Amino acid sequence: MMQITEGSHAVADAVRLCRPQVIAAYPITPQTHIVEALADMVADCELDAEYLTVDNELSALSACIGASAAGSRTYSATTSQGLALMFEVCFNAAGMRLPIVMSIANRALGAPLSIWNDQQDSISLRDSGWLQFYAEDNQEATDLHYLAYRVAEDHSVLLPAFVCFDGFILSHTYEPIDTLSQEDIDRFLPKFSPYERLDAADPISFGMYATPEYYLEFRYEMDRALKESKAIIEKRGKEFGQMFGRDYSAMVEGYRLEDADTAIVAMGSICGTTKDAIDEMREEGKKVGLLKIRVFRPFPTEDLARALAHVQRVAVLDKNISLGAKGAVALEVKDALYGSGIPVKGYVIGLGGRDVRKKDIKAIVGLIGKGQGDMFYGLRTEVL
Amino acid sequence: MVDKTLELFDCGHRACGGCGAALAARLVTKAAGTNTIVVSATGCMEVFSTPYPETAWKVPWIHSLFENASAVASGVEASLKKQGRTEKVVIMAGDGATFDIGMICISGAFERGHDFTYICYDNEAYMNTGIQRSGATPYDASTTTSPAGKCSFGNKRPKKDIPQIIAAHGAPYVATASIAYPADLMQKVEKAINTVGPCYIQVHAPCCTGWGFEGEQTIAVAKLAIETGLWVNYEMVDGKVVKAKKVVRKPVEEYLKTQKRFRHLFKPTRQDAEIATIQAIADRNAEKYAIDIKLKKE
Repeated sequence: MMQITEGSHAVADAVRLCRPQVIAAYPITPQTHIVEALADMVADCELDAEYLTVDNELSALSACIGASAAGSRTYSATTSQGLALMFEVCFNAAGMRLPIVMSIANRALGAPLSIWNDQQDSISLRDSGWLQFYAEDNQEATDLHYLAYRVAEDHSVLLPAFVCFDGFILSHTYEPIDTLSQEDIDRFLPKFSPYERLDAADPISFGMYATPEYYLEFRYEMDRALKESKAIIEKRGKEFGQMFGRDYSAMVEGYRLEDADTAIVAMGSICGTTKDAIDEMREEGKKVGLLKIRVFRPFPTEDLARALAHVQRVAVLDKNISLGAKGAVALEVKDALYGSGIPVKGYVIGLGGRDVRKKDIKAIVGLIGKGQGDMFYGLRTEVL
Repeated sequence: MVDKTLELFDCGHRACGGCGAALAARLVTKAAGTNTIVVSATGCMEVFSTPYPETAWKVPWIHSLFENASAVASGVEASLKKQGRTEKVVIMAGDGATFDIGMICISGAFERGHDFTYICYDNEAYMNTGIQRSGATPYDASTTTSPAGKCSFGNKRPKKDIPQIIAAHGAPYVATASIAYPADLMQKVEKAINTVGPCYIQVHAPCCTGWGFEGEQTIAVAKLAIETGLWVNYEMVDGKVVKAKKVVRKPVEEYLKTQKRFRHLFKPTRQDAEIATIQAIADRNAEKYAIDIKLKKE
């Protein structure tokens, strides 16, 4: 059923359908509408969950660790500074192999303080062992929650997952959403079945310390599980498509890419703007296409190399910057295309909520045509 | 009824001989019984009890980080509640994890009113990292970050009063205990576990390595802390002290002299003013908790 809904409310509704048993969250802009909506659902008995209004984000994710280890499906949501405060807990949750799902309404990190969108927050946790899904629009933002739980809880994966969508740009925007029913989601997402749980009838120890004789192997197994989760994403994404008509089996998705000589690679809501810009450029006879990255961790290196094998140049849009190096997506794309001879240039764009318009995308296509890139795009030189 | 003959904190762990914290773990799990889930903070106890792939815990046990044990326990408790399960949640954390780094999470968890029992094994410094001072370190104790020196008598501040802070959160049951009085400690654990809501017990757990005494003296040292009034065993119900262990008090130096961390108060020269300051701390404790047994005049 199609409904015009605010992104945050659509996400909260998707979370409700996933039947989380324990929710722990701390309010932070622009995540607040999600946790407020969930609180309403619990208050109205529409959602039968323990809802913990914790004292800070570190406690939120820590409570999820306890609840998940005790055998419950858990959920949290945060962004920006909140995610930064969870840094230590994020690594811990992944290392303990707990399939927690967390929504990230992507926002810039201070200083300077900014409540507006970029993707620096979740990108900065790329090494933590969490799956990272990025949504282009609110339909995808909702659907990816179902997929995230399905994949994270798979006993061959057992890693937590971020579902990322751009703060304000998506979280506070009304869009038509195809809302699914509880019956639908119950068919797709089975009851949580923990691999191990804290249980007095069968005591185990969780979260022990590892000496140098064991640590390396723990990390190897996490890396292997994350890489092998690609097959599970493909399988469950396809299954979702067969059930509801939206196929998420592909971790990267091309748009007018088949005959393109110039490819733009991007993540998140910027993909929509890019598609519109591409349509206009195509009318002008420019052979430009888009490769959208939906899953950033595990990184779809081979899929990306395959999809871009035929193009002459690649422009990567990064709503983040690894200061002193490049945007994180550009670094990955350069790695994926290493040895192919295809030139890849990165463009750091839209940080801290700077608007990105069609004209900007077109200008970047112009820049890469001239071989210019690996740069911040759109700097106001008059304030530098 | 809990079968107290069971050993739920097993032998073979890596604690020092004479470790007060290990004894606390053994007594607490004995009193709590098998229907218990233990949540630990990072610290000595976590490290000496769970070097992968070995564990000393015969009850379900989880450790996440240094500062978040009470938040993890909140999640465990919420999950058990949601599942209709009956296990009791017991937190075991050291004084550093309790007095210092874990305070935000502790305050939040007590305010939310989860049903758990928080046990702080108090060995009065960061022992796992090599005896650095914490908010629980007593006045004048020499630690590696509050060393006694030519112009220092060691730790400059008295111990933080965490039980009062916890009680101020509305905790229904708050108590202090000592490994030197095992029956009392176990009774308090049972009481806390059977009280609905967040309860707190601070257990004095001398550390032979960190305090500087021989391992066979642990109980004697713990007892002297009580007998000098530098540690008071008491119980608070709904914020009011209802019971405190009375003693015929000994002078504090009988306690101080047993430990290298206070050696600088006696050698090379006796520091009467400092010893008097510590005696005053014991005197205030005695007055506040009315622990003095008045001997009948001849």
